[in-house]
Amino acid sequence: MSAVNSDSPRIGVYVCHCGSNIAHMVDVEEVRAWAEKTLQSEGVVVARDYKFMCSSLGQELIQKDIQELGLNRVVVAACSPHLHEKTFRAACEKAGLNGYLCELVSIREHASWVHTDREAATEKSKMIVAGGVKRVRYDEPLDPLRVPIHKRTLVVGGGIAGIQAALEIANAGYPVYLVEREASIGGHMAQFDKTFPTLDCAACILTPKMVDAGEHPNITLLTWSEVARVEGSLGNFQVTIRKKARYVDEDLCTGCGICTEKCPKKVLDTVFEAGLGYRKAIYTPFPQSVPKYPVIDTENCTYFVKGKCKACQIFCPTGAIDFEQQDEEITVEVGNIILATGFQTFDPRRIPQYGYGRLANVFTSLEFERMSNAAGPTGGEIVLRDGKTRPESVAIVHCVGSRDRRYNNYCSAICCMQSLKFAHLVKERTGAEVYNFYIDMRTAYKDYDEFYQRVLSEGANMVRGKVAEITDAARLPGEEGKLIVQVEDTLAGRQRRIPVDMVILSVGLEPQRDAYETAKLFGISCSANGWYTEKHPKLDPVATMTEGIFIAGACQGPKDIPTSVAQGAAAAARVLGHIQVGEMSMEPIRASVDEARCSGCRICNGLCPFNAISFHDDRRVTEINPALCQGCGTCVAACPAGAISGTGFSDAQVLAQIEGLLWDVRETVERRP
Amino acid sequence: MTFEPVLIGFTCNWCSYRAADLAGTSRTKYPPNIRLVRLMCSGRLDPTFVLKALAEGADGVLITGCHPGECHYLEQNYKALRRYHLLRRTLQSLGIEAERVKLVWASASEGLQLAEAIRQFTEEIRALGPLRWNARPELRSEDAPLEAVP
Repeated sequence: MSAVNSDSPRIGVYVCHCGSNIAHMVDVEEVRAWAEKTLQSEGVVVARDYKFMCSSLGQELIQKDIQELGLNRVVVAACSPHLHEKTFRAACEKAGLNGYLCELVSIREHASWVHTDREAATEKSKMIVAGGVKRVRYDEPLDPLRVPIHKRTLVVGGGIAGIQAALEIANAGYPVYLVEREASIGGHMAQFDKTFPTLDCAACILTPKMVDAGEHPNITLLTWSEVARVEGSLGNFQVTIRKKARYVDEDLCTGCGICTEKCPKKVLDTVFEAGLGYRKAIYTPFPQSVPKYPVIDTENCTYFVKGKCKACQIFCPTGAIDFEQQDEEITVEVGNIILATGFQTFDPRRIPQYGYGRLANVFTSLEFERMSNAAGPTGGEIVLRDGKTRPESVAIVHCVGSRDRRYNNYCSAICCMQSLKFAHLVKERTGAEVYNFYIDMRTAYKDYDEFYQRVLSEGANMVRGKVAEITDAARLPGEEGKLIVQVEDTLAGRQRRIPVDMVILSVGLEPQRDAYETAKLFGISCSANGWYTEKHPKLDPVATMTEGIFIAGACQGPKDIPTSVAQGAAAAARVLGHIQVGEMSMEPIRASVDEARCSGCRICNGLCPFNAISFHDDRRVTEINPALCQGCGTCVAACPAGAISGTGFSDAQVLAQIEGLLWDVRETVERRP
Repeated sequence: MTFEPVLIGFTCNWCSYRAADLAGTSRTKYPPNIRLVRLMCSGRLDPTFVLKALAEGADGVLITGCHPGECHYLEQNYKALRRYHLLRRTLQSLGIEAERVKLVWASASEGLQLAEAIRQFTEEIRALGPLRWNARPELRSEDAPLEAVP
């Protein structure tokens, strides 16, 4: 396709009705007539309006004009370029016109849908069209950048979403690095006892997947490891991973567990056992851990603290304990990255009136999960903090830290179902009286409401109201020695005090404490709440704004296991698509330096966060590496010599668009003599 | 006739332009005085663009970008912030009210907030009155008294 001389533009303007979406607020016919007449001086040779420009008939209209009227520029006034820019570019390409010589300007999102005065919206639309026409004159034909895609993939986070993603890709025959910062994969799901609404045993359905991932020939498992640096872009990322020292030689260790057995040091396990149980200083988080190799917790290991002990080393039958092991950094090359970094739970100490940490028998949901788990610290017995007394009455508080403007505004999505599951388990195991305190019962999705009905029929009490306080200060007969839940029952319309033996706080989900740092590391964005931002909330939920980086599971927002699994598989499908095609096209929006005009001032040198700008000492000029440039244009704006130009958003294009947008007022501005 | 200001808004492709799209899809209303220009990043905003808009008849310019820490290009919105402060001082020294240029942050999900910021800015410039770049004698005259420059 040859470059078109912008001195002789032949521009076609196409104004869309979008059914009545645009036409009801913008006089489309008037915009068309105005453009054809007034913008003739700018090179407009034809202007048309049509019911749906994006339809095949609408596209054919443009293509016919390109061929019959010899158009060399096209302006479509319709919806947002984020919706249909590709559609119209492709339509132009089919008619032999380079797609980048087509401008889509938005008179729907930016005019008809946001204004209420038809006349004003029509006038504004004319100016938007004029801006597009002025700009399109300076558009240049471009070709998309082609990037080869590396076949290896990095999955960060070994919870259920990450495991699913890794397995999908590995099963399709492509290599995956699965990085997990804890000593075992499994994530939160490995801590749970039962899963709602089917009451499947979590370990029974998760551990086979963990073993699959651990033994898969295409999966390189990197546990006790964290991503330290990420460089490169879609198709070719260089990722540096820090493998923390385990002090156990993975080649020699058989996972027999003698070291853990012999270790004399007991440590409170605040991670996997949620503070309810103990582990040793050399440990695997849980019996089914994948991989089976233990790690040494150097903060608590007697040898690391006092310099003496080495019991593990003495008893290890294969000599696998290595106290001299060091952290190690490895760099891998991958084409795509999936982030499945999960969530953390809300710390209920932030709500002092609920007494967590002060009142012994107030538990968090995670503590209850461990307690009801047969492999947990109480062997599945639901007991009070003393470790032996069975509760006769249990309160389950929903929405702790969720749907509360003081903590988190959002609904954590899983707590209603989790709380109903707890109600069922307490009833089944202890026969205790159960009270669920809820704001609204949210049991959407398959078989969830049926589960709610089942729990109701089992005799759990549902109290609609937000709990005000949990206290041990007895005021009424029957309250002595109990925890009293103070609540406004909004269905009964009165204050109630309900004495119970045990309280379970169904704490909400929050982004990981370092979610923001992780987002920065990978160059993706977080919402105001800290969840990772998807490319489109409805139509592109697993992609991010950064090409080649995908998100899955609860790091994108609170979600349950089925949805996390679905997202893991969806992200994997997107990555497999990239790998299969082998090459991706990217927007050719890049900055470049005109060496003849570069004065070598180096003002731009410090501006690029992608290290795309380098200075040539010998030639005294700056150069931009197009493979690293992301096209933000900051250096273009900074160059005092005008030596840097940015394709797609050149100074000439933007300045011309400004002139067009101000078409009506420019004429009335009094010119200087 | 009441004064209807003409405003130019510079938007970032990744956040505020999408916020404007979102305002549209959610049918949030704002005054029609603003006309938007899409850039890839607020960091692309050459201060010349703002001066050009004011010179061509705009009464005010709204610069919008991603919230600090949320830039699609990691940190280029901070560069926009630096230029913005410099630009305001330059405008003042030219005898133009610094308030005619305003910077607001708007993420892609903040359609409502962006619409509100546009509404507010429109009222601010309406209260300030027309710029009339070429009609103001203190800006036109070659020998303008020094006091005219704040």
